[in-house]
Amino acid sequence: MNEVKKIDYADDGQFCSGHVACAGCAEALAMRVILNSVGQNAVGVVSPSCSAVILGGHPLSSARIPFLHGTLESAAASASGIKRALRAQGKDDTTVLCFAGDGGTYDIGLQALSSAAERNEDILYVCFDNEGYMNTGGQKSSSTPSGAVTGSTPLGKATQKKNLIEILAAHRIPYIATVSPSHLNDMAAKMDKAKAIRGTKVIIVLIPCLPGWGVADHAAVSTARLAVESGVFPLLEIEDGLRTRMHPEHKIRPIDAYLAQQKRYRHLSEADRAALQAEVDANWARLSAQAAL
Amino acid sequence: MTQRRNLQGNEACALGAIRAGCRFFAGYPITPSSEVAEAMARELPRVGGTFIQMEDEIASMGAVVGASMGGVKAMTATSGPGFSLKQENLGYACGAEVPCVIVNVMRGGPSTGMPTRPSQGDIMQTRWGTHGDHSIIVLAPASVAEAYSETIRAVNLSETLRVPVVVLLDEVVGHLVETVDLDAIPAGAEVWRKFATGPREGFEPYAVTDDLVPPMPRPGDGYRSHTTGLTHGPSGFPTQVPDQARAAIQRLSDKLDLHREAIESYRTRAIEDAEVLIVAIGITARAAQAAVTDLRAQGVRAGLFRPVTLWPFPEQALRDTVENSGARAVIVPEMNQGQMVLEVERLLAGRAEVHRLNRIDGEVIAPAQIARKAIEVLA
Repeated sequence: MNEVKKIDYADDGQFCSGHVACAGCAEALAMRVILNSVGQNAVGVVSPSCSAVILGGHPLSSARIPFLHGTLESAAASASGIKRALRAQGKDDTTVLCFAGDGGTYDIGLQALSSAAERNEDILYVCFDNEGYMNTGGQKSSSTPSGAVTGSTPLGKATQKKNLIEILAAHRIPYIATVSPSHLNDMAAKMDKAKAIRGTKVIIVLIPCLPGWGVADHAAVSTARLAVESGVFPLLEIEDGLRTRMHPEHKIRPIDAYLAQQKRYRHLSEADRAALQAEVDANWARLSAQAAL
Repeated sequence: MTQRRNLQGNEACALGAIRAGCRFFAGYPITPSSEVAEAMARELPRVGGTFIQMEDEIASMGAVVGASMGGVKAMTATSGPGFSLKQENLGYACGAEVPCVIVNVMRGGPSTGMPTRPSQGDIMQTRWGTHGDHSIIVLAPASVAEAYSETIRAVNLSETLRVPVVVLLDEVVGHLVETVDLDAIPAGAEVWRKFATGPREGFEPYAVTDDLVPPMPRPGDGYRSHTTGLTHGPSGFPTQVPDQARAAIQRLSDKLDLHREAIESYRTRAIEDAEVLIVAIGITARAAQAAVTDLRAQGVRAGLFRPVTLWPFPEQALRDTVENSGARAVIVPEMNQGQMVLEVERLLAGRAEVHRLNRIDGEVIAPAQIARKAIEVLA
């Protein structure tokens, strides 16, 4: 069992106030921890997403490091180019950071991410996963979980969320981690760890989308916490695609409270909820077995 | 009994396609066209159709090509950057003659541009976006009712001529809500592609017919066919024999030339004695229409020529309109740096002065701007 280390991350203002995230959005909170962890010796690439909107454009960008706002499918490819260019100039110590949403990671950006991972590009890729195309009004992505209603799955999504973590693990990249805005110390510790590793690092942050999931304005962080505590979104680390570490003590409740906070699940029947619970339990059991190896 | 309802341009495209028999939609979210996909996600299952949200724009177009080859009328929708990604498969559909409809709701560009602002920057991309010599049909509605009726026409033209048809909206027409009575809009009889009949043995899927549109083998009918993006002869198999290659590429444009009368469509207003003629499409044509009314009220003889079929451009109709009205000046207002004006200049070749009126700031062109320009060029 791995203990969460209590740390104080330095907030030296890498994420500025006045950003344009929706009021109450937890993505801004996660971004603050991540940008402060990355620090000044970094450049970023961001694909069209809520992150791109929150970061904003010059001269009103909320980040203090330069960001290339690229195309939706190319974040990992553009980051690869930047990293190689910096290396060619002897600036190999500069962190190359990617911000992308789940659409730009699980769907249209997967080819570029998979190829960058296969080349083990020295980039730090952060996916802000709000389980849908929330920036175009809330359509499903392949990260949308089963049962959830979106603009393009009006009766609820019939298939499961794509298991990106296992896809990435199969690439045997040095580091994969999941983090949540409800567990900021854990997030900061994993960021510090990732920063010190050479090669492709991918961090997936679960971001409850207030309008997209139908969550009350005050409930973003508590919804994220319920996702962790119900085992829907386990906080884990996978090193070299093989060694899994997680927190067995995190899963302390059934998924009911998590589902109840969201309108996208309110059409579910008792049987639907039971099926979702079974899906979550099976996933948790599988991960636990993996972590015990 | 009439059913008047408030409807958005994007939704009207979806409903028009379904009315014309479209039963397959594959798409990817992109502003300002996502409502087409959302409407299809709601409506297609009700009529036994299929909606798939794909992983990207390329796959959406690939799925549409596959569905159409599979024997179903198929459509997708997108906006500028997504339309760029679709270009390879769009070229495939031109070359392999796969009937399909692509709705492109134009936003500001280049690149990500201004996703929520209107533009008419894809006038040339719709015509020449994919590589190589090819022919394509582009229809440009200017109202919600027309978004409905022109999407019906798009499905029908794509079926009868085996050619991709683009329904080109600007963001304003796409998001415009107007009161329409869909039942009062004549949809005509449902049109299907010509299916192959006759002996299976020796079947040539791209044999040249009188109408230059080869019948399609219906999946399951037992015809052996080979479909490819490589330049192919009547057998469907690739060829690089110069005479066969030339004939194959030439037939694609000859096909549209032969059926020009069915393809072309345009509207005019107050052209008979116009001394200044405005040529515009989409929401800019609506502004131009208001400008013509205002100008006429001031005693200025202004007229409007509005291509509904943008490509192939209604060439002869524009020449005749200028000739017969005796217009000495033509104004081409458009929300880009000047794209349609190039075609107008080429066609008129000095028959009248051609003036540009452009806006690339994400704002629409106002009637007063057009009226001012008209007075200025006549002075």
